[in-house]
Amino acid sequence: MTKTRQDLAWQELEIGATLITPGNSCEYKSGDWRSIRPVVDNKKCVRCGTCYIFCPDAAIHETEEGFFEADLYYCKGCGICANECPTQAIEMVEEEE
Amino acid sequence: MEIVESTNVYAYKLITKKDYFAPGHRACQGCAEALAVRLVAKALGRNVIVASATGCMEIISSPMPFTSWRVPWIHVAFENAAAVASGAEAGMKVLMRKGRVPKRKITFLAMAGDGGTSDIGVQALSGALERGHDFIYICYDNEAYMNTGIQRSSSTPYGASTTTSPAGKVIPGQITWKKNMPEIAVAHNIPYVATACPSYPIDLVEKVNKAARVKGPAYIHILSVCPTGWRLAPELSIRAGRLAVETGVFPLYEVEYGRYRFTEEYLKIQGRFRHLSEEMIDTIQKRVVEEYEKLEKKIKMTEGD
Repeated sequence: MTKTRQDLAWQELEIGATLITPGNSCEYKSGDWRSIRPVVDNKKCVRCGTCYIFCPDAAIHETEEGFFEADLYYCKGCGICANECPTQAIEMVEEEE
Repeated sequence: MEIVESTNVYAYKLITKKDYFAPGHRACQGCAEALAVRLVAKALGRNVIVASATGCMEIISSPMPFTSWRVPWIHVAFENAAAVASGAEAGMKVLMRKGRVPKRKITFLAMAGDGGTSDIGVQALSGALERGHDFIYICYDNEAYMNTGIQRSSSTPYGASTTTSPAGKVIPGQITWKKNMPEIAVAHNIPYVATACPSYPIDLVEKVNKAARVKGPAYIHILSVCPTGWRLAPELSIRAGRLAVETGVFPLYEVEYGRYRFTEEYLKIQGRFRHLSEEMIDTIQKRVVEEYEKLEKKIKMTEGD
């Protein structure tokens, strides 16, 4: 786990504050921002991947059966997938916690 | 390309599944600019060195100690993304000549927002284009300084309300017209200039690939819808980009458009144009038609070259 900026002492920084851990932002839970969540109806899904390609957060991935599902650790709940889905297979439902 | 986009929904499967722009970045919900960056990173693959100017894409992808980049990436000052990319290109050329680095194809990418391109970075960009470095420059145009809180830039369209061009009794939003940055790039006589929009992912990826293949400088202007700054619901950002293209507000060069829809539909869904009067919408429409006709003439003029 990467230390937060507050815990990081200056001695621990690389020269030039270089980051030597490519893509470590995937540890950050941007899913916390979400107030609505995408729910896929696999009966309507035609497995075209439109939701996958339009997701700005790269949060949607293909499952083994070829369907698509959102990774709620990253999904910010923007609703683009539900809006762009050609078969309206995705519905945004409110988070109730 | 247009035919592929409209007839085959499965065409998106042709784009690589690998992501070089990692999730967990801090872009706003529905940010089409982050989507554009993701698609560009997909198109260019691993062998790329990126120089990024200050702007949204810098702050959202590299809040210390996190980085969303899985490829070499350097953040530089607001004005010199093009200068740093050209320096990296020249340096790598020398290292390869001296045998310090094995010879292979490396793409150099400079990226900046519309502020970093058409306002602050235009001098460095012009220099790099003129020197003919083999690199790609991509401008992610969200039509204002969104990072610092929606201040107008020279890329903000006429009539748009921003925090420094607020619509009120004195001025009706932005009073100047959008700077035609792709045309400025064209004026440098470089091999490749294109406009793209992440609402058309295949078109965008194709254009970036083409830019990478071209020997010499390439410039791509990407319209990136900003739901926050455009006063737009986040789920509409892809639709807004599509409307911008379909209405001719932001024509995609190299792509032929038969269809022409009225600008109003594009303006209507955005809160930043909420205050516009009928006459102002007409003025904007006239200008859009004018610019589009100009572009069509240029295409006809250079046909068969």
